Parts: sequence; structure tokens; C-alpha cells
Amino acid sequence: MNRITHKLRENKKLLSIYFTAGYPQIDDTKTILEQLEKSGVDVVEIGLPFSDPLADGPTIQASSTQALKNGMTSEKLFEQLKDIRKSVSIPLIIMGYFNPMLQYGIEKFCQKCEEIGIDGLIIPDLPLEVYTEEYQEIFQQYGLQNIFLITPQTTEERIQQIDQVSEGFIYMVSSASITGSTNSFGEAQQAYFERIDQMQLQHPQIVGFGISNAETFQKATKFAKGAIIGSAFIKHLTENGTQHIDGFIKQIRM
Amino acid sequence: MSTTNHINEQGYYGEYGGAFIPEMLYPNIAQLKENYLAILSEQSFQEEYQQLLRDYVGRPTPLYFAKRLSEKYNTNIYLKREDLCHTGAHKVNNTVGQILLAKRLGKKRIIAETGAGQHGVATATVCALMGMPCFVYMGEIDMKRQAPNVARMKMLGAEVIPSTSGSKTLKDATNDAIRDWINHPEETHYIIGSVVGPHPYPDMVARLQSIISQEIKLQLQEKENRTQPDHIIACVGGGSNAAGAFYHYLDEKEVNLIAVEAAGKGINSGESAATSQLGNNGIIHGSKTLLMQSKDGQITEPYSISAGLDYPGVGPMHAHLFSSKRAEFLSVTDDQAMQAGAELTKLEGIIPAIESAHALAALGQKKFQPDEVVVINLSGRGDKDLETYINYFDL
Repeated sequence: MNRITHKLRENKKLLSIYFTAGYPQIDDTKTILEQLEKSGVDVVEIGLPFSDPLADGPTIQASSTQALKNGMTSEKLFEQLKDIRKSVSIPLIIMGYFNPMLQYGIEKFCQKCEEIGIDGLIIPDLPLEVYTEEYQEIFQQYGLQNIFLITPQTTEERIQQIDQVSEGFIYMVSSASITGSTNSFGEAQQAYFERIDQMQLQHPQIVGFGISNAETFQKATKFAKGAIIGSAFIKHLTENGTQHIDGFIKQIRM
Repeated sequence: MSTTNHINEQGYYGEYGGAFIPEMLYPNIAQLKENYLAILSEQSFQEEYQQLLRDYVGRPTPLYFAKRLSEKYNTNIYLKREDLCHTGAHKVNNTVGQILLAKRLGKKRIIAETGAGQHGVATATVCALMGMPCFVYMGEIDMKRQAPNVARMKMLGAEVIPSTSGSKTLKDATNDAIRDWINHPEETHYIIGSVVGPHPYPDMVARLQSIISQEIKLQLQEKENRTQPDHIIACVGGGSNAAGAFYHYLDEKEVNLIAVEAAGKGINSGESAATSQLGNNGIIHGSKTLLMQSKDGQITEPYSISAGLDYPGVGPMHAHLFSSKRAEFLSVTDDQAMQAGAELTKLEGIIPAIESAHALAALGQKKFQPDEVVVINLSGRGDKDLETYINYFDL
């Protein structure tokens, strides 16, 4: 069974962490993954950096620019992850924009992911329609779950469509924003979380964008199965390097 | 087969186009896609659009027979004088149309990206005209290079927001405008300045610029008793003026379409913006098209002396015209363009924008017959480029 599916069956709220591969140092990828697993993180999204990350705020943009300067590429990332399943067993997802994957070759990319033991992909700029028409078969052939996003503006009809095509979980964007926004999850967000919960979708939802501490984690997971922290963790890496990752995680899930 | 060079129902020109957008943009793009054709063909829209083009922009722009230039190249050269449009370039044709569309969609706030500042000025202008708040994203480096246009936009009431990410130029300004749209999904309309971006933008902008070739047809009929020139020449950055000049001739194969890209310091110099020569298939700003990128799929930074041509992609229509060989693609260096700009100034008393000077420089690369009719789209005037001309020619 896919590690994501397995993890989603555990009777607890899931904490997922995003980080940009190749940041702060080019060779930090493996250390960060091992530290995250040791600290009790449930799922990790490994960001493949892109020169033009449309959906990301300044924190992730800056980390991507630095990672590219450090020399990160698809090839390099796959090389770093070659033996990762010897030391890390939690679900791993690669999150990245479509163009670098397209240039690598989609089938070759998926094949590499399977060899390494990657469980899923999140590609914000690969729309549902193009995925189902052109790529779904390839993803499935290599056992990769493709995770789709929904937002407060997504219509109910489209959420149902996404639920039909989804595997694993649905990535629920907390508000109309790019990554790294500050958010207190007020009434509007709570109403949105509840509305989605009441739709009784087949796939559990994990909330992302705007989660940075214990309070926002708790609010986001009141209805949803889990939550994803990205920019706040990148800031931690900027300030501390790969030190004190355990402390950062412990303060989220007290 | 009469529509092969136009967009299909899925939003593609051949294999190029589509809408590779994050889900956050889906409702806005869907709303545009579902409404743009109906709005553009509404009678009230057309009346208002045509009236503004006539009385505010100053259309039709002249189709001018350039006698001395024709003598020099021993052929018949007409200049389509988009440089005489209000604000100094063809860009305003699109912004007038899009702001009328934005109003009909109930939008209250306008955003735009700009490179050289011409599209930003054209957007700020129509926002002033309609009393709409206007936010223009511009690369921090471009803001320094194009200070007079920044001042114009401010005077027109727009807020100019510096883009400080990535390479701090046009592609980053476009990224930031898209991010703004994600952050303000309901009340905002994004006026893209070229035939780029996710479907339906390339088609919508091409339709709003198609007034250029519509007028060429009528004007040539008057002057030459024919609607078709033998050749139409236009410069291509993203490709909006070329799309407008080619539009009504796309499926008339007798007409040779010539697209001129900026070679910068030379195609293989590492400082160029000739996307068709240096690019390959990929995705930029939500569109599958030709773009300049690294082997690893990172978008690279183009260079041209002309700030309006240094975009690392081309619109999907042009990618299709290139790959299907419907259009001929030439590339012109900084030096060739500057000489062509100086030549037009001396022979005809017209100082062209450096973008348009690239189209003029095609005259030095192609041999035209004495009985042929050549239309060159003079997309903009050179006022904004005076400093570059001064420095280059040591005036």
C-alpha cells in the first residue's frame, strides 16, 4: 500500500512539513529528512526549486533562488535521495512546478520517483484536466499519488471532480493567498473548513498556507486530517540551519 | 482548414497554449474563458470600444507610404503608424478593451505587469479614464532603467510596485502580478499586456489588437486597390503588435508574415532574446510555448537593448506560427536595430521605438521585389528611448 494511504489511516492529526531541496546548503536534504522523521513529522514535502514559483510568497521564493544558486537540479535531488529509504520511512512527496519536470521527461521523472520510493507529487500548475488526459496513467503506473489543491473559491462541483480524481489526500489551501501569508484563521476560514468537512469527501483534507505555530495548527486541524507547514519551517532553517529541527516541531505539536 | 492558425476550443494553437495555472487562479480564468467572447461581441461593448479607439486613442492610425525608404530599398513600403496612438504605442488598443471587459465582469481593481513601462502607462491611462484603482508591477531594475515611464504612471494615479524577486525584470513582474491576483481573487482584473499567459489571454489580447490588420486591409484597398500586402513585418517580444498586424492575414497564405526577434548582442553571445532560435517547448506564465530555459527547466533571463523585447518566451500563437512555418522568423541585433532606427529618422522624419526599429531592420536582411508591397508595423514611437539613442550615437 502507498505510504500516504497507510499514514492517513492512523488515528491522529498529521503534521506535514515542506522544505526546499538544496536550502540552506546544497547537501542538507538528507539531514533535514532524517531530523524531521526523528521529530515525529508524519509526511514531508520536498520542494523542487523553480526559477518562477507563481504560487509562492517571498520566503519560499528566496529559498528557491538560493537553492538554484547552490546548484540544485532534478538530477541532483534524485542523486541525494537515492538511498533515502534506508534511513527514512515516512511518506515523501515531491512538490514542484511543472516545467522542470517536463524538461526532465515526465515518464523518466516518475520512474526515478518510484525507484527512490517517493509516494506522491504536488504540482500546483498542472491542472486537473491536463493531468487526467495526459498524465494520470503514467503517474499510476509508477505508484505516484497526485495531490490536488482546493481553495475557498473552488466551487462545490469542482471539489467533487477533484475528489473523484484524487488519491491520498486533498491539499486544502486555507485562504485566497500565496504561501507564507500570516493568518489567524478567523471566522471565514473556520466556516470554510467546516463547509468542506460537511461535504463528506472520499479523501481526507490536509490544510496548507498560513500555518506557522501550534495555534494555527490546531485551528487548521479541528476539522481536517492534518496541516502543512512550509514558510515558517524555511524561516527556521534560515535562522538555524539544520540545528534544532526537533525543537521547532515539538512546539507545533505540543 | 480555414481556422488552423487561430485558437481552438481547448485554448491551443496547434500544440501551444492552454492554461497551466494553480488552482487558486482557476475561478478567475474560468470566468474570463466563459465570458470573453460574448462580451467582446456585445453590441454595447463594441460601440464603446470603437468610440474610444476613435476619439481617445486616435484611430484609425495612418497607413503611410514611406517614399524615401521605399526608394532606398527599391520596393513599396508602408508604415502602419501605431506610434501615433495615444500613449505612444499599440499597447493602448488592448488596455482600452480589457478595462471595458473588466467593468462588465464587475471588477473594481486593476493590476498589470510592465517591462519597459509602455503597457504600464497604457493601463494607468485607461484606469485614470475609468476612475479605477491601478497597481502596476515592475521589476526593480526596469524601474531604474525606465524612470520617466514610472513617473508617468504615478502621475496617472497608479501605484508602481517594484518586483524584487528573481531577476527583477519583466518575467518577475509578471510573477508578482499573478501572485497579487491569487491574493485578491474576487474584485481584481489582471490586464496582461501581451499575447502571453494562460488561455484565454493570448486570444483575447490578439483580438483586441486585431484592429491593426483590420485597418491595414481597408487602407491598402484604398491606396493599392488590394487588401493583401506581399509581406507584413512586425517585431516580437511577447508578440502583441505582431499578433494584431498578422491577425486578419493568418489564414491568407499569399501574405508572407515576418516576425522579428531581438538577437541582442548576437544569437550565440549569451545575451539575446531570440526565443524561437534559442528556446524550446515548456511552460511559462501558464502557457505552453517556446521559452528560453536551462537544460533543467529553469527560465533564463533574456537580453535586448530594447526593454520591450526582452521576454524569455513568445506567445503561443507565435510558437505555432514558427513551428508550422506559417511565419518567417528573423533576428536582429542591437546594432542593426539602432542603425535602422537612425535610418528611418533621417529618411522619413520618424523616430521609432527601438522595438519597432527591429522590424525596420528586416529591410537590411530581406530582398523585396520592386513591385511588391511591404507593410511594417511601426508599433511605437521613440520618445521613451531617447536616452538610449543619445548614449548609443553619442548625440
